[in-house]
Amino acid sequence: MDNIFFLIFRRMRWPLITLVSAYSIAVLGLVLIPGQDAAGEPWRMDFFHAFYFVSFMSTTIGFGEIPYEFTEGQRLWVTFSLYMTVVVWVYAIGNILALVQDHTFQHAVNELFFARRIRRQREPFYLVCGYGQTGTALVQALTDRDQNVVAVDIDAQRVNMLKLQNLRQYVPALHGDAARPVHLLEAGLKHRKCKGVVALTNVNEVNLKIAIAAKLLHPDIKVICRADSHDVEDNMASFGTDHIVDPYDKFARHLSTALQNPGLHLLHEWLTGMRHQKLEDPIYPPLDGGWIVCGFGRFGGAIYHRLLDENIETVVIEAEPEETGAPEGTVKGRGTEAVTLEEAGIRTAAGLVAGTRNDANNLSIIMTARQLNSDLFVIARQNHLDNTEIFNAVNADIVMHPSSVIANRIRVLLGTPLLYEFMSLALYEDDQWACELISRIIAFVQDEVPEVWEVEINEEQALAVTEALEAGNAIELGDLLRDHRERDQILPCIPLLKLSKGTRVTLPADDCRLKVGDKLLMCGRLSARDRMEWTLQNDNALCYVLTGQVRAQGWVWRLFRRDETR
Amino acid sequence: MNPEKVAFGFFIVLALTLNFGFFLGELDNPDHHHVYELFAAVVVNVIATILKFGDRTQMGAVLLATSLVAVLQLFAAALVWGVAEHISGTGLTPAITSSIVSLSGGAMLANVVSVVLLVIETVMLRR
Repeated sequence: MDNIFFLIFRRMRWPLITLVSAYSIAVLGLVLIPGQDAAGEPWRMDFFHAFYFVSFMSTTIGFGEIPYEFTEGQRLWVTFSLYMTVVVWVYAIGNILALVQDHTFQHAVNELFFARRIRRQREPFYLVCGYGQTGTALVQALTDRDQNVVAVDIDAQRVNMLKLQNLRQYVPALHGDAARPVHLLEAGLKHRKCKGVVALTNVNEVNLKIAIAAKLLHPDIKVICRADSHDVEDNMASFGTDHIVDPYDKFARHLSTALQNPGLHLLHEWLTGMRHQKLEDPIYPPLDGGWIVCGFGRFGGAIYHRLLDENIETVVIEAEPEETGAPEGTVKGRGTEAVTLEEAGIRTAAGLVAGTRNDANNLSIIMTARQLNSDLFVIARQNHLDNTEIFNAVNADIVMHPSSVIANRIRVLLGTPLLYEFMSLALYEDDQWACELISRIIAFVQDEVPEVWEVEINEEQALAVTEALEAGNAIELGDLLRDHRERDQILPCIPLLKLSKGTRVTLPADDCRLKVGDKLLMCGRLSARDRMEWTLQNDNALCYVLTGQVRAQGWVWRLFRRDETR
Repeated sequence: MNPEKVAFGFFIVLALTLNFGFFLGELDNPDHHHVYELFAAVVVNVIATILKFGDRTQMGAVLLATSLVAVLQLFAAALVWGVAEHISGTGLTPAITSSIVSLSGGAMLANVVSVVLLVIETVMLRR
């Protein structure tokens, strides 16, 4: 606010002073020049009339000469002051218009409106720093789940793009450098409704600074960072950044899950999918037969080590093996030529990873390799979002897009953190367990991924249940799964995880007792979520589900019923 | 030497001196208070006020406030004069004159505060 007043006043000083001076000169002249009244007697204009005349003269021109007709001398003076005041007005107005169009001024105004909007934010929100590919995908995903987001980006163009995007929620966006704490504060870092900060800029240093600022200024919120090197990752972890997302490591871990336990990988894909996403088919990366990894950067390196852990014979193709520290036996070359691929043994290989930093090269590798060996299992690394169409056309078995890997993971971390606990527990289970769960899920979902949601038994999310529990009633998990319209019907959903005072139970049984403060992770159809809400929140629905009796709702009816039972 | 400070000091002191010149004389005698002097005082006070716009310091804020007070008082004085002369038609009776002059006296007090503040600021800068 201060800034804007300051700017306006600073800029308006000279125009106003010239305006005042021009007016006073014109007024003074009119007072000093002798005139005459209607009868021809000498008469002098006083200040009152002079000010009145000058005021309308310079703005409208043409009220006539008042109170008496002017003498020649007065007319000469009026002609002069007319031009003077008009020019001064044009100068003053031009200055105001220039100020309004001024870039600095507009920025100050925008920042003011932004800060005011954030201060008035009454709902919990996440602060997303960096609105590039990853940020765009994340904001889209979060707003689709009705979460509030505030975005900060250093590039004005990206901020403008955000305004054009068709998002479900309004996303206030600030054009500013997130590395400067001032901008983070303006964006609501210290706001009590700020639930978390996500640092997604391209620059590791900036992400690091955001994490530090967030941890120092608002220690109890969740901080999630993107990191592209192990060095920065360790640094971020050292001061307690809650989650650090490295897309390449993350993907390599998925791949090794897919190799060991395809069912679990499929389960993961389904549960973490975007709403309304189509169900994917399971993938079976080949375990027997060699793999070829093209490009030994962070991505290729992460995959290579995972494949080694699985005891899979792997050959690396790398254009600059010395600089990247590629392992021994590496074939030198880009992998786009048939010669290098042949040298690496493409004809007998089972899997191929096209993992260079260049999208065109990756596509070229895949197409060349397919010509030499059509049965390859292909993993493609897609670097730019714009190339989605061609990557779809090349039909790779897995397409790895770093931005969407990060966005997806963060979305789950923010939206349903219990899901990550569930998946880490699921890693201890075998393929059989995963396949059984998948077949249970298939039974009630159609062709879209199931909805995953969390329920906490507290007054906000489950008022009726909490009150009943506090009154001493026993409620089993199975009761919540009944349909509140017809209690013999079971809702199309599965409880995945129950968190109760630190104990975690995967796939809890229907007869386990609920306690206040328990957290549940559910997966099922979207409609089941809405119906379950009734049972959780509505006393009468809960009563019906528990006992099968429809309770009298009003006071009068209860009075009658009491008579009946007597 | 900072030309901005020269102009600033000039207008603030001029506002006070003109104001004082108008105020000087018998309180209820219209002959002792000339309308031109009031006009000059009003114009210079307005300019002095505008000059103080956009100063972010604490001192600047107080200076702006005192100037606004002076301008307000002088406007009131001019308004009383205009009403007496043209609207009610009573002319400058001793009662009207004394109220005009006392209003300008109030403005002068505000101008004195302005000048004192200016002097304090100058002394504190010690340059």
